[in-house]
Amino acid sequence: MKKIYDLGIDVGSTTVKTVILDGDDIIYTKYERHFSKVRETVIDQLEVIKQSYGENDFRIAITGSAGLGLADASGISFVQEVYSAFVAVEKTYPDADVVVELGGEDAKIIFLTGGVEQRMNGSCAGGTGAFIDQMATLLGVTPDMLNDMALRHEKIYPIASRCGVFAKSDIQPLLNQGAKKEDIAASIFQAVVDQTVSGLAQGRKIAGKVLFLGGPLSFLPALRNAFKETLKLDDEHAVLPELAPVFMAYGCALQAKEISQVTSIDEAIEKLKNAKTNDNIVIGKPLFQNQDEYHEFVERHKQSDLKYEDIHTYEGDAYLGIDAGSTTTKLVLITPDGKLLYRHYCSNMGQPLDIIADKIKEIYRIATPKLNIVSSAVTGYGEDLIRTGLGVDFGIVETVAHFKAAAYFCPDVDFIIDIGGQDIKCFKIKNNAIDSIMLNEACSSGCGSFIQTFAQALGYDIADFARLGLFAKKPVELGSRCTVFMNSSVKQAQKDGAEVADISAGLSSSIIKNAVYKVIRAKSIDELGQNIVVQGGTFLNDAVLRSFETELGRNVIRPAIAGLMGAFGCALYAKENAKGDKSSLLTAQQLEQFSYRSTAAQCGGCGAHCNLTIIRFNDGHKFISGNRCEKGAGIKIDTENENLYEYKYKKLLSFAEQKPQGTSIAKVGLPLALSFYDLLPYFSTMLTKLGFEVVISEESTRDTYYKGQQTIPSDTVCYPAKLCHGHIESLFEKGVDFIFYPCMSYNIDEGGSDNHYNCPVVAYYPELLKANNERLSDENFIAPYIDINRKNHTAKALARAFERYGITHKQIYSVLDEAFAAERTYRKDIKNKALEIIANARENGKKIIVLAGRPYHIDPEINHGIHKLIASLGLAVITEDSVSELVGVPPLDVLNQWTYHSRLYRAAEYVCTQPDMQLVQLVSFGCGIDAITTDEVRAILEEKGKLYTQLKIDEINNLGAARIRLRSLVAALEEKERQTAAV
Amino acid sequence: MASERVEQTVFTEEMKKDYTILVPDMLPIHFRLIMQIFENYGYHMELLTNTSRNVVDEGLKNTHNDTCYPALLVIGQFMDALKSGKYDVNKTALLMSQTGGGCRASNYIHLIRKAISAEFPQVPVISLNFSGLEKNPAFKITVPITVKLIYGVLYGDLLMLLYNQCVPYEVNKGDTDKMLEKWEKRLGKMFAENKFFDTKRHYRAILNDFASIERSKEKKPRVGIVGEIYVKYSPLANNHLNEFLISEGCEPNVPGLLDFVMYCATDRINDGKLYDRKGSGYYGYAVGYKALYTYQKQQIKAVKEHGVFFPPHDFEELRRYADKYINQGVKMGEGWLITAEMAALAESGTENIICTQPFGCLPNHIVAKGMMRVIKEAYPEANIVAIDYDPGATKVNQENRIKLMLANAKRAK
Repeated sequence: MKKIYDLGIDVGSTTVKTVILDGDDIIYTKYERHFSKVRETVIDQLEVIKQSYGENDFRIAITGSAGLGLADASGISFVQEVYSAFVAVEKTYPDADVVVELGGEDAKIIFLTGGVEQRMNGSCAGGTGAFIDQMATLLGVTPDMLNDMALRHEKIYPIASRCGVFAKSDIQPLLNQGAKKEDIAASIFQAVVDQTVSGLAQGRKIAGKVLFLGGPLSFLPALRNAFKETLKLDDEHAVLPELAPVFMAYGCALQAKEISQVTSIDEAIEKLKNAKTNDNIVIGKPLFQNQDEYHEFVERHKQSDLKYEDIHTYEGDAYLGIDAGSTTTKLVLITPDGKLLYRHYCSNMGQPLDIIADKIKEIYRIATPKLNIVSSAVTGYGEDLIRTGLGVDFGIVETVAHFKAAAYFCPDVDFIIDIGGQDIKCFKIKNNAIDSIMLNEACSSGCGSFIQTFAQALGYDIADFARLGLFAKKPVELGSRCTVFMNSSVKQAQKDGAEVADISAGLSSSIIKNAVYKVIRAKSIDELGQNIVVQGGTFLNDAVLRSFETELGRNVIRPAIAGLMGAFGCALYAKENAKGDKSSLLTAQQLEQFSYRSTAAQCGGCGAHCNLTIIRFNDGHKFISGNRCEKGAGIKIDTENENLYEYKYKKLLSFAEQKPQGTSIAKVGLPLALSFYDLLPYFSTMLTKLGFEVVISEESTRDTYYKGQQTIPSDTVCYPAKLCHGHIESLFEKGVDFIFYPCMSYNIDEGGSDNHYNCPVVAYYPELLKANNERLSDENFIAPYIDINRKNHTAKALARAFERYGITHKQIYSVLDEAFAAERTYRKDIKNKALEIIANARENGKKIIVLAGRPYHIDPEINHGIHKLIASLGLAVITEDSVSELVGVPPLDVLNQWTYHSRLYRAAEYVCTQPDMQLVQLVSFGCGIDAITTDEVRAILEEKGKLYTQLKIDEINNLGAARIRLRSLVAALEEKERQTAAV
Repeated sequence: MASERVEQTVFTEEMKKDYTILVPDMLPIHFRLIMQIFENYGYHMELLTNTSRNVVDEGLKNTHNDTCYPALLVIGQFMDALKSGKYDVNKTALLMSQTGGGCRASNYIHLIRKAISAEFPQVPVISLNFSGLEKNPAFKITVPITVKLIYGVLYGDLLMLLYNQCVPYEVNKGDTDKMLEKWEKRLGKMFAENKFFDTKRHYRAILNDFASIERSKEKKPRVGIVGEIYVKYSPLANNHLNEFLISEGCEPNVPGLLDFVMYCATDRINDGKLYDRKGSGYYGYAVGYKALYTYQKQQIKAVKEHGVFFPPHDFEELRRYADKYINQGVKMGEGWLITAEMAALAESGTENIICTQPFGCLPNHIVAKGMMRVIKEAYPEANIVAIDYDPGATKVNQENRIKLMLANAKRAK
């Protein structure tokens, strides 16, 4: 007899799941990868079902992130996937409280009890399953192996949890510094947990009976364990349903029963076959119209190649260059006249030290005994480690290495762009020196390794994948943002029926657009100059290279050794700077005995508690990494008189130590966050004089952030604001009677500007805190609106706010002058100290950096010790507000309406008047206002021939990128000086 | 003072004669009306309708990529238009609004100038503002123009309100669009002939006309759209959200532009009260606000008396809603208005709310995402979803989240 079955089809970002129900019974389940061939796979699955159940009728529904378009086009019912999960849970686990579901690229939480609520990750929080895959690739293992490794971990490193790209830039340095892979694996899972808890739960507690759903949680027990531990769940409350992998398909089948028409399987297949994909995809031009065009292209690029020399027969001097990059390791050995003797390019498998040692051994083995390595140099993330470990003669910053190499191929090069596995570096060359450097910010990193991961996910080898793209007829436009966004663009293109070749070509073009729009941001091509050299492994991909030429509308030079340019530049540097006739590189015998042991430790040098990795080599010496300052490495430098950040921070905190005369009226808490970093002297003095005991919250650490994480409603707000939540918790811990945190649309009017606003976040954060921290009430949280420029009003508003303490308008009015005086004294002191530091630096021939940001950037948890890093490079550091009043406001092309930001413009103007000063701008990730200030500050500086350097900071504490920039800055300054001296 | 880095061309009387002023595509209905008003004063305006991918690409190329999406789109649209060859770039000017609030939006006009200065330094950028931020000798916002603009907003709001209440239910596809077109034309003529003052009569005629459209009786879930003003209204920015909701079987409910105008007008009044800043502007604004509120009440009354459609929110009521959750001192961007609109929608039975915002919008951290918890506490049935818009966000991702919301909405029924 003919039966009516219910069929649920879950089309995820990587898999198709099917479930058939006969009444309430599950009679069939299947889980299949679709390799982006969504429609074909679904049809195949239906054909399979037809074999066994074809004679029956079905009610069919589709669910899943990639199923929407297919459902629309075929006319089959669609069920939103979170809703599918919801229906399935209600049926199978009616007593569940929360569902956590991680998919290929989505993360979802459903709260079932206490107000049903369903949440999906924001467009920024992106991939979880895909993220784990990517991280596994980075470590050179499969996700299953990652799981096994994580189960053996000893410690957890903090890894940024918000976005996969951030996490990557946290992991890479750990790898390069030799941290244990087991620990990194566990840290990756912990990052996923943190992301889910902070990004999705946003203040709602995940407690009670929790169901885990989706592929990653089903197949990776280590990930489940991490969730269980973080959420403090026992086995009874952490449930992995038997059906987990096909759970959504099950819910979808249940829904099909309610909403779908009865149909035969053939009819459904027919519908799917005829489904017209809509024309949402934007099609770009093919990269090559025909073979001839391609041939011309290949011939043209062949011209930029080196000469070769056989290492097996060569006798004489040689120079070794090593590029210990983020994901790859490159070695080059050249003769004095630049001929290539040996080269190597490979993934570093997270073990750069081992691989490079191996390759040097190989060189010794295959070379003739008469080959003499005169000198060697190393660059890249692993520079310090390799240099210490293997006795390399020189360590140079990447930008210098790349410039050296590019100049070899094109002596009058104007512009160099290097796209590597993890980063994009661009630099303009002016007067034979690096003039400006553009690096991709942590958020747009999706570079070479991204395309590789994608190729693998679609089941292709990278070279084949690239070749496919060359002759794609309809390349898809995929947007130009970060990896996570590109993932969903690809998803959409797949949904709309794009072929793999089209996606390959589209990805190449995306990478280029990312570089052109996001990193270079050139207004016109002429800005880049005539001679452009492209390099980095990613450009070996002809599709990427062609996309770049097309985008620019001009031909560029790609050396045949594009992927080895860093190493080649090192070799050239080694040659130019060789001292003596023998390199200090470990000899063949030394290498035979070479071994090392790495251990993890925590530095106790200061409150930052850096996670250190200590590598002990068998010859007794050791290498320490992970330290922000030199203290951890055992080197002591005196920064007291050269670093205003240190001084200012201490000075500011000293204002919290005032005591009221007599007994205090009440204990008032001030959060050490945002505007209090500027106005603490004012408020602290005012409150103390009024008779309150002032208590400030703890000094920020990573833990402060975790403390308040649960109450953060917007995961894209800046880190300084996020920290605020922890400071409120800290004040509760300190048992204050109430917290005082005024709302201030207006800051102090420092003159010369169009207005004197605070930014919206600084101005109104108290409102947000009150609405999201249930412990805050009108009783314990006093947040009046005040404009402290207006004395009478301030007194009036505060008298109203402090009414219950019987404080009068007159009383307040009488202390405001003292409060302002305290603020002025503080400012004056900072200014004087700056002058002292400047004088001191000049006496010692040191250059001075104005590290320009916001007042709260002196928080060590926010600046991650960048000021120490600058000091360790032999530069004096002062703040923007210490010099901003020394000059007037320069002519501007923006509306100058924020007090803190106005200081930046003035500081930039001041720097222009001082030959030995440079400005480095600190920008918090997510600060929308700095999108305006950075361009203006850059324009002010560049007009006067100064270099502009911007450092983006967030919760991540990886200083690798900052170090490259700062060292490049120093190198560029030295080069400029050399040239000036030469003239 | 402007630097010498960026050319700033002033719009002159001379230019007024034969220049075309390009207007970004934000509120199609309103802007078409407003342009007709300006035409009567001798300005030639054109509403930009270019929406190709190149608009986004030009935006990305010519602005800082962390700039908010509205700025990026407006600049992209201008650049794309200037480069299209469609306009004589020596006879073209650009128009942009400017509020002077503490949000980044006050800087859009400067960002536009920076963007065009390399290639089109001769193109003047005109600031449309009511606070004297920038003065344009040949583009004066006189009292008569201001009055007409206010009426333009009023009529625009009514058309938008009725349009959204009719389209989802129209029996003959296209009827509502035809009706809208008819009234846009007729109103344009009325502005030209200065016959727009008798709102009572015109409102009734408009209401009757829209009520005559044949509509089905079925009840569709009403979905409120609030958020950052450009993304909320502009189809280019929100991926045709209005159309999408209609196609999903919903009735969109978009609060009118007058609310935003009145919100701006209350700024000085609130500042005056909060900070004792009752300077020159205060009393003028107080009078202006009162007039606007009277106009709004007339419109609400007309809709109520007519009895077929549901009326817009009363602004004083919105202010009272705001007071429950947030201080009216929160005045940057759309400030407290977004919070108030969410609460008012939930209160008046539109429990499904989409809060649209540009990715990383600063005020929205506070007034939108920051206030959702307390609003949901007050209205447990409220079904609010925040959607971020930016050049990289895909339609599929946004639609998926909206679909989730709609699944909830239909379940609740």
